Amino acid sequence: MATAAPAEPVALITLRDATVSFGDVCAVRGANVSVHAGEAIAVVGANGSGKTTLLRLLHGAVAHGGVRSIASSAMRQAMVFQRPFLLHLSVLNNLRLALWLGARRLSVDERRARAAEALQRVGLFDLRHRPARSLSGGEQQRLALARGWAIRPDILFLDEPTANLDPSAKKEVESLLASFAADGMTLVMSTHNLGQAKRLATRIIYMDGGRIDLDLPTAEFFSIHSGRRADLFLKGDLSWSLD
Amino acid sequence: MVTRLNGALRRCCVAWLAAASLALPAAVAAQERFITMASTTSTEQSGLFPHLLPAFRAATGIDVHVVAVGTGQALDIGRRGDADLLFVHDRAAEEKFVAEGWGLRRRDVMYNDFVLIGPKSDPAAVKGKDIVAALGKLAGATAIFVSRGDNSGTHAAELRYWKSAGIDAPAARLAHYQSCGCGMGPALNIASSSNAYVLADRGTWLNFKNRGELTVLVEGDSRLFNQYGVIVVNPARHPHVKVALAQAFADWVVAPAGQAVIASYKIGGEQLFFPDATPQSPRLDAHQSRASSPRPEAG
Amino acid sequence: MSAVAVSIATAFRLIVGGDPVLLRTVALSFAVSGTACLIAAAFGLVAGAWLAIAIFPGRRVVLLALDTLLALPSVVVGLVVYLALSRSGPLGSWGILFTPAAMVIAQTILVVPVVAALARQVVADALRDGGDQLRSMGAGPLLGAMLLLLHERWAVVTLLLIAFGRAVSEVGAVMIVGGNIDGVTRVMTTAIALETSKGDLPLALALGLVLLAVVALVNVLIAFIPRGRGLAVAELR
Repeated sequence: MATAAPAEPVALITLRDATVSFGDVCAVRGANVSVHAGEAIAVVGANGSGKTTLLRLLHGAVAHGGVRSIASSAMRQAMVFQRPFLLHLSVLNNLRLALWLGARRLSVDERRARAAEALQRVGLFDLRHRPARSLSGGEQQRLALARGWAIRPDILFLDEPTANLDPSAKKEVESLLASFAADGMTLVMSTHNLGQAKRLATRIIYMDGGRIDLDLPTAEFFSIHSGRRADLFLKGDLSWSLD
Repeated sequence: MVTRLNGALRRCCVAWLAAASLALPAAVAAQERFITMASTTSTEQSGLFPHLLPAFRAATGIDVHVVAVGTGQALDIGRRGDADLLFVHDRAAEEKFVAEGWGLRRRDVMYNDFVLIGPKSDPAAVKGKDIVAALGKLAGATAIFVSRGDNSGTHAAELRYWKSAGIDAPAARLAHYQSCGCGMGPALNIASSSNAYVLADRGTWLNFKNRGELTVLVEGDSRLFNQYGVIVVNPARHPHVKVALAQAFADWVVAPAGQAVIASYKIGGEQLFFPDATPQSPRLDAHQSRASSPRPEAG
Repeated sequence: MSAVAVSIATAFRLIVGGDPVLLRTVALSFAVSGTACLIAAAFGLVAGAWLAIAIFPGRRVVLLALDTLLALPSVVVGLVVYLALSRSGPLGSWGILFTPAAMVIAQTILVVPVVAALARQVVADALRDGGDQLRSMGAGPLLGAMLLLLHERWAVVTLLLIAFGRAVSEVGAVMIVGGNIDGVTRVMTTAIALETSKGDLPLALALGLVLLAVVALVNVLIAFIPRGRGLAVAELR
């Protein structure tokens, strides 16, 4: 079980009555939420509940109604996607490119050092000269994590990062995420695996039909009226991971 | 990955540089002393230039870049100032060119002749020494006649002969008249493949390899003689023209040296061009004085 | 049919014999068309990438115009460039008519639309896969588009080969602006045209075969570059 993060007054991102529509479809409506430094937030919900859109909305990647305010424009963010887009380059060069794009103020040598460090952290250093696309699914996702971690983001977003992975790869990714969180990095991830949410998150946001239905610290979320939780489970909306 | 691409890129660049450097001598040579001469396709196809121009180069060190097009286009190039001199064979058009102020004096250089080509079987029975009579017979026959129809010297001559035979607009009046708007070679190709009659210059005919059933049917008529002239483009109209160098060529080609080279050009032992420059005030000096002093222009 | 056999034999003899005039003509063809393609690549790849991401009023019209320019007849390009570079034209003072430089200019103009239109398509397709993620990593729209061209570099190689083929095989533009001057602006295609008009068809055909052989050689060399995770040509729509 993840340790609860100390209450942080610093709100990195705040949404007030935010709405996102794609044509006639309203993906997120009336979202009121803040992300604070040091939190590890899991956004859960069924497919189509708006998890991904909420993530993109927080990340600032989608047009929206309502208000989105951020603590500082110098805030660094990175996002890890369900299927990472890796260029036809080596593992190392993909990472160096991400550093060049996301941390331009560093010198060439600093970037090189950071890239090596990131690869060591995720355990891909020995594979650094391989074509990135030749890696397994789990290795590619670890590379994506390295890409995000290397720029030392203030917030790391993850959109269903383990959905496509086999159990052992999933475990590797989760342990990396746990170590990032333990280092104090702010995480916001979407998942439809409640077990993963329980293991990694300090706070859980439950979405249903584009609305934020519940927004509670993890302990509370799992201890509230078990009838409510049973409702959710019986609705078949949430998968209950065994491990 | 990227290093392998770099290697490939390097190889491509090396190959391209190698190609460019093979071509560079040509480009560099182009920077030396040279003049641009607009001439006709039939002259080029006769093969005269590879025989004549090296002799000029040896005598003067000047390269001649020949742009070979139809006479009409050659004169247009001259009018635009894109060439330094003209070497064509349409006296009427040349004199008009000079009269309009585009060129300095026109001088005769040489002549070759036209021949009437047709199928060996000669269905229109034109064989002989009289071109006008021959065309008259062709007008009444059904055999195909191919015309260049491209405003060239050959085309202009052809129309003159039709006119002498009493036919002003053969394209309109004759059903079996085919105008291709093309050069001498392609016209001969068409005639060869359809066993047709065609008026050609002897030079192109002698070099033409795709003869099929064709042969010379009418030749020797003095009206068939095709006079060549050389004209330097007027620097008053186009100040950038390399007058001195161009005049050097004009002077050389009408002088005994140039005329001799023309006469010595043979195809299959046959002389093709007959030098006929008339001696003017002798300007037979070597090229040196030409290059240094501006030439007083006679009208 | 024997004309074809004669041509093949002549082509073989020409290639093996290493005739210096032939070598120079082939080299000039490659130098002119290669340079035109490099310049066209510099402009066309950026233009294509930009068109894939830019949104502006009249974009559809621009794309339509670009696709129409793919069918630009080479002789029309030659004529326009000739009129521009003629001494009586606006750029006459450059004095480059009837030189290889004019030929490069004409072929560049001919080939830029090809590069731009195909590059635009490559980027547009790749954007679907990775556009969002590149943006998320901090790449601006145009930088992201150029990175996608780097990503799809084998498609780019293919499209540059297409452009080169268009350039090296055309005769209309180089004939008009170059003048087919022996030893100065005569390239393979104008030499073939000349031999055809002289009626020496076997030689013309032989020269054509030589040109094809050299282009084939270039393609073979490129095919041997290890591709790793390369894309199939079929993916280039």
